[in-house]
Amino acid sequence: MSQSHSSLPQSFARWFKERGWRPREHQLAVFSSVGTGQSVLLVAPTGGGKTLAGFLPSLVELSTSAKGQGLHTLYVSPLKALAVDIARNLEKPVAEMGLGIAIETRTGDTPPHKRRRQRSNPPDILISTPEQLALMIADPHAHVLFRHLRVVVLDELHALVASKRGALLSLGLARLARLAPHARRIGLSATVARPDMLQAWLVPQHPGHTLAHAQLVTGPAGLVPEITILKSVERVPWSGHSARYSIGEIYDAIGKSRLALIFVNTRSQAEVIFQELWRVNDQTLPIALHHGSLDVAQRRKVEAAMAAGRLKAVVATSTLDLGVDWGDVDLVINIGAPKGSSRLIQRIGRSNHRLDEPSRAMLVPSNRFEVLECEVARMAVNEGAQDSERMTVKKLDVLAQHILGMAVHSPFKPDALYDEIRSSFAYRELTREEFDRTVEFVATGGYTLKTYERYAKLKPTADGRLRLAHPRLAQAYRLNVGTIVEDEMLKVRLVKSPRAGKPLVSYGGRLLGEVEEWFINSMSIGDTFIFAGEVVKLEAVEELTALVSRTRSTEPAVPSYYGGKFPLSTYLARRVREMLADPDKQRQLPAQVREWLGLQRYASVLPAADEMLVETFPRGNRHYLVCYPFEGRLAHQTLGMLLTRRLERWGAQPMGFVASEYALGIWTVRDLNLLISSGRLSLARLFDQDMLGDDLDAWLAESMLMKRTFRTCAIVAGLIERRSTAKEKTSRQMTVSSDLIYDVLRSHEPNHILLRAAWDDAAEGLIDARRLAELLARIRGKILHRALDRISPLSVPVMLEIGREPVYGEANDALLEETARSLINEAAGSA
Amino acid sequence: MRFLRKQPAVSSTRRQALPDRRPVRLRLDGVELEPDISGALYVPDYHTLLVADLHLEKGSSFAARGLHIPPYDTRSTLTALETVIKSRKPDRLISLGDSFHDAKAGERLDRDDLARLCRLCETIDVCWLIGNHDPVLPSGLGGRIASEIALGPLALRHLPKTRLGTDIEIAGHLHPVASISRRGRRVTSRSFVAGSRRLIMPAFGAYTGGLNVSAPEIASLFHEETFTAWMIGRRAIYGFSSRLLD
Repeated sequence: MSQSHSSLPQSFARWFKERGWRPREHQLAVFSSVGTGQSVLLVAPTGGGKTLAGFLPSLVELSTSAKGQGLHTLYVSPLKALAVDIARNLEKPVAEMGLGIAIETRTGDTPPHKRRRQRSNPPDILISTPEQLALMIADPHAHVLFRHLRVVVLDELHALVASKRGALLSLGLARLARLAPHARRIGLSATVARPDMLQAWLVPQHPGHTLAHAQLVTGPAGLVPEITILKSVERVPWSGHSARYSIGEIYDAIGKSRLALIFVNTRSQAEVIFQELWRVNDQTLPIALHHGSLDVAQRRKVEAAMAAGRLKAVVATSTLDLGVDWGDVDLVINIGAPKGSSRLIQRIGRSNHRLDEPSRAMLVPSNRFEVLECEVARMAVNEGAQDSERMTVKKLDVLAQHILGMAVHSPFKPDALYDEIRSSFAYRELTREEFDRTVEFVATGGYTLKTYERYAKLKPTADGRLRLAHPRLAQAYRLNVGTIVEDEMLKVRLVKSPRAGKPLVSYGGRLLGEVEEWFINSMSIGDTFIFAGEVVKLEAVEELTALVSRTRSTEPAVPSYYGGKFPLSTYLARRVREMLADPDKQRQLPAQVREWLGLQRYASVLPAADEMLVETFPRGNRHYLVCYPFEGRLAHQTLGMLLTRRLERWGAQPMGFVASEYALGIWTVRDLNLLISSGRLSLARLFDQDMLGDDLDAWLAESMLMKRTFRTCAIVAGLIERRSTAKEKTSRQMTVSSDLIYDVLRSHEPNHILLRAAWDDAAEGLIDARRLAELLARIRGKILHRALDRISPLSVPVMLEIGREPVYGEANDALLEETARSLINEAAGSA
Repeated sequence: MRFLRKQPAVSSTRRQALPDRRPVRLRLDGVELEPDISGALYVPDYHTLLVADLHLEKGSSFAARGLHIPPYDTRSTLTALETVIKSRKPDRLISLGDSFHDAKAGERLDRDDLARLCRLCETIDVCWLIGNHDPVLPSGLGGRIASEIALGPLALRHLPKTRLGTDIEIAGHLHPVASISRRGRRVTSRSFVAGSRRLIMPAFGAYTGGLNVSAPEIASLFHEETFTAWMIGRRAIYGFSSRLLD
């Protein structure tokens, strides 16, 4: 590496010096590697000057020569809010050094005229998102726009690669590699377990060869954060997720800090905690609420107050919902289970922007199992251990969208496009058959029944290319681009509760925010729930708006916790099992939790780390089977579904089940202890891997979870349109519900690629079959059974969940029948 | 308007072939009606089966707009129709309008599907009522076409009348669905809606959506009266008074 590459030009050196700074080692390392034409992955904690490191090579190059000749640097971040902020932060040094570099943003909010101008007269640096890149490369003039591109910077790469947006970006990069073969790539990432995978993701691959890698530059390790776990004087509840018991202690902690950020896992949890805090807020501390469902104006107000230091605490759901300027946060309180050590590290890392001071965090478990999880997460963070998250690869719905986009750009030769796509890391293992079927799908739907040939979107040209059949398809493509499919949302508007006999005045009224349609659908008119910090009553649903009124009730009728979005990471799950097996590791735990585990050891057993405990016992007039896989609620729910099917077939007469993050409980009519001891029921057979065959298939045919996943795939792939708010919901002739399409497709063409895509997604997502498969493989021959004569201490938390959980959409007839029967009983009783 | 004469009652062997466990019966102006789990309505006294809103070729109407949704809705609907005909063995089928999604549906109809439709018209007496979606029916279809028809005392038509007068009617068009809440869950399903003077049929087609019975378009048809929604479950049909619905 020559000196000229590693040393900065005068103007830059002076700029650093004037501020009493020095370029950091990792910033220089990135600079010099990029200077020699290489791509680089920079791994560093938040606040390590990562962004400047990413832009330094471009700023230097632009300061010396290439300015104003066209787009030089493309920066892609997953966050729209970040784009504006980055541009602002970058403009400052550029102005101070007098570099005269043009920096602009392009996001979904950028007006069309500005986009057009950016195309004809591009800035030197463009700050954008994966979706915008997809749109830009689909433009017929993409080759002109990108012809001078020299650097691509990808921020938050660790987060991107684990999502469908990452798959879309990966495809976009493959096209960029053709349009601008000399552009170097700089990936910026938080600390991850497997940097080598990100290094490979970043650069073009050559299928059939060993993986190519970008260079790795590692930034300075951040200080180890100070993490405490709330050791409450109160009793930690057995189950539930409200953390109400700890409100007093959380309030005290807020009082002692400058600005506390309180993270919870779900919107409804945020609402509950916010309410409870205000209930004890004797000193009227300024405590605010912030989550993605609130009205944007309200969110911006909270963010501004936070940056201005006018707040004492903010209750928030996710770092991504928040704006970027967090003010002077000096304490992060994480309520509930952290779910993964990387997630926790990122939440905490956002708190303190001063590198010389460790971040401070307090974990508040909301039930006893979460105490264990918090403890292992704390240990993992202290060791700097990361979860290894799976990369999102080979998503066929995303591929379909990309193929249409490439046709929008210009007619393509399938052979060439196939080779190009396989150079992207995420699609390097795409087979020709999969590619061809996806092209077919884009063209005509890819059905065996060839009735849509005349409506084909792609048509062959004389020279063997495929071209777009009609220009209006380009417009449709632009409206559909992107992989984020929101749950269908309803606006929530506050109205006055009508007086008796008076009609409801439904217009006017303050907009509180948006809520998922399924959430409202699960309610009846008159039900109360918490929203935007107050208990409200559902008055009416009018088209796309839910009308609610204030109510005096303090206890909302609708249980609002539906479980977090993220299951316990495999890595933390393993550590929880290890902790259960090892009394030495339990010393850290609070006394009440140690007592509980001690009782379990006495009354039943604590399994070894590689075993799975199954307990069977009678209670009331039912018999219970409780197992403890620790694989997360989604995988447990699927397991519960499959086990009850089997038990039904084998005559145990199961009546229901309940799944938690840690355990699964099933209850039956027949005596399980007897069935097992007499050899009529074998646990090894019950938990055999073959349940993932026909049983899973049969269940999925009717599963609501599968239908939800299918809807997402169908929208991303362009089979059905996103519902735009402008469209009338009642125009039912103009839409076909994705559930009906799923039913029809499944019965006529079960191997259709879209069903395959949906199955892949569900296996990693809502039904988590991948994790279930790993579990079943792990516990073969390792099932530890205890036949008990009563409930065990370890099973108490999951037993308490019974009756509290909504059953997922599989038991419709049972509910109808139950309603009918209870009416009959009522009638008989009153007669 | 054409009149159909009452025919001898059903034989008992036919009952055993019914797919649902508890056959549901209701009466409209003294005529016994059996809602079928498929969404069809069987009228035993007249050996007649009623269906509404098949919307055949709805899928291909989307394809013409660039949305290639699976082209199997017509055959799914026909299979369901053939199944219920096989189990109920009616002498006559009356389709209450919107049998085809649009006037050009016939041009898009697959040859096999058309053949199935023709076969159907040859096996039993079929009557197509005109709906707002299908003012023109595909040529060569077979069966008879009418805008309204009487079945004993009942008037059958596509659009329910706003003012019934002295009529007692069975109509389609509205695609009713009903919802019921219990234990924090809401179940919604296609539904027959019956009052004392009219019955609205659920849509039979594979791609047909629904309108909740609480919507003014449906609820207003029953004025102040309490109506019953016969909700179609997977295994049986369940009747609920409108006061219990969500």
